[in-house]
Formats: sequence, C-alpha cells, structure tokens
Amino acid sequence: MGRTLSVTKSGELEIVMTRSFDAPRALVFDAWTKPELVRRWFGPRDWEVVECEIDLRVGGRWRYRLRHHGGTEMLLQGVYQEIDRPERFVSLETNEDCDASEGQALATLTLAEHGGVTTLTQVVRYASKRIRDAVLEAGMERGVGEGFDKLAEVVATPERAGTR
Amino acid sequence: MTQDLLDVTFAALADPTRRAILARLAHGEATVTELAEPFAMSQPAISKHLKVLERAGLVARGRDAQRRPCRLVAQPLKNANEWLGGYRRYWDATFSQLDLVLDEEMKHPERREETD
Repeated sequence: MGRTLSVTKSGELEIVMTRSFDAPRALVFDAWTKPELVRRWFGPRDWEVVECEIDLRVGGRWRYRLRHHGGTEMLLQGVYQEIDRPERFVSLETNEDCDASEGQALATLTLAEHGGVTTLTQVVRYASKRIRDAVLEAGMERGVGEGFDKLAEVVATPERAGTR
Repeated sequence: MTQDLLDVTFAALADPTRRAILARLAHGEATVTELAEPFAMSQPAISKHLKVLERAGLVARGRDAQRRPCRLVAQPLKNANEWLGGYRRYWDATFSQLDLVLDEEMKHPERREETD
C-alpha cells in the first residue's frame, strides 16, 4: 500500500498534501477530531501534546498545546468552519501572536476510502505567497519554529572575523 | 545531529535573553561587559546565560585572559534549523506516528463506538 507523502504548492497561496492510510475513513476522521486519539500522534517526535481540546461543531474551537523536553511550548488553535464526518472538515487556524489575518490559514481535509485504504488530502491556504513559501521552508507553522528560523537567518551568515 | 545535542540546543534557545545574546553576537565578537550593556542584568547573570550557550556549543570564548571575547558558533543552530526545516519531513514523521495509532486502534475494535 502506498504510504508516500506528497507535498506540493498549488497556486500562490496553497500547500497540498496527500497521503494514504491502511484504515477505514471513519477511523482516520476520528484520529483527527477526537482528543484521545489526536494526543497520541500529533506533532513532532520529541514534543508531547499536553493539552488537546476539540469542540467538534461549526464555529467550535480546537486547541492543542505541545511541549518539548526542554520545556518550550507551542500553541496551535483554530475554529471549525465545516464538518462532514467522515468525509471532510474545514478549519481556520488562527494565531494569537500575529496580526489577525496574516496569521490565519484555512485548512480543508478530505478523506476518500477504497478497499480499506483511505486517501487523505489536505489543502492549506495561507494569507500570502510569502507566508506560504516560508511555511514550506520552515516546517512548523507557529511559534518555536518561526522564531528559530528568523534567528537562524540572522546568525547563519559566514562568521565575521573582526570585533565590533 | 544527536537527540541530546538537539535537546540542549533548543533548551539554550528557549530563553529570550539568550536569543538576544546570539543575535548580538551575529554582528561580531563581544566581551561579557559589552553583552551585558543592553540588559538590566548583572555580569554574573549574563555569564550564566553564556555558560548555557557554551554548553550547547553555540558560543565560544576567546583565550585572551583579559578580555575573553565571546563569538558565535553557527553550526549547531544550522543543524537545529535543518531539523526544523522541511514541511514534508515534519508531516512525514507525524504521519508515521498516525500509522501506528491507526494500527493500534484497528487491533482493538471494541474501543470503537457504533458509528457509520
């Protein structure tokens, strides 16, 4: 069964991801929308989901707080726009730190099942091409990732020999 | 890059004063006195931060007994950035974790409620 992840740009604002799973669609949908399941797989390897709240209805909020070993935390949150179990949901991911619209991303997740294999497609639309492209490079959409990348840009220039 | 070194790097970066110190050092070497200047913080306090950065391999101290200037060592930070970098790498790893959870759940159908 194909477990290849495909990540592509679409137009100027979107990132499209597709991936297949050996599981029924309803289960995959639940894995994305039930806190007890989300906690067990969401986020990078060395990060733990310490808080996971999901109000699964149109207008309902979701909120994940992740913590790295070292103590650094990352907060992800959003509002559901559409819910169509087990086929599709749409969520607006928001960001407290950034300017309201710049920091938002609209994510549409669709699931299609054939013979016990579910293909997931996620289309995320960002506020600008610049942000879309930066996310594709940075790998993490919020907080820690962005902060480190900005700092890394500053410091990763060739070392200057002289003193100030 | 080993997990331990990544942990140490991220822990070192998880403090705004230390990040500011690194940003300052990106513009050139500086002594502890020079580094302490912009902060309402004593030199010993700045030295503590510098020790954390040194242990993470992000900062190196000069040998000049008088001045011991500090300079930036960018490689560990570049490594951390490469680890962070890559939308695909992030989701690839995350989906592998989802595979495991789905497999687990399918082994225990009794956990599932009766749904469509």
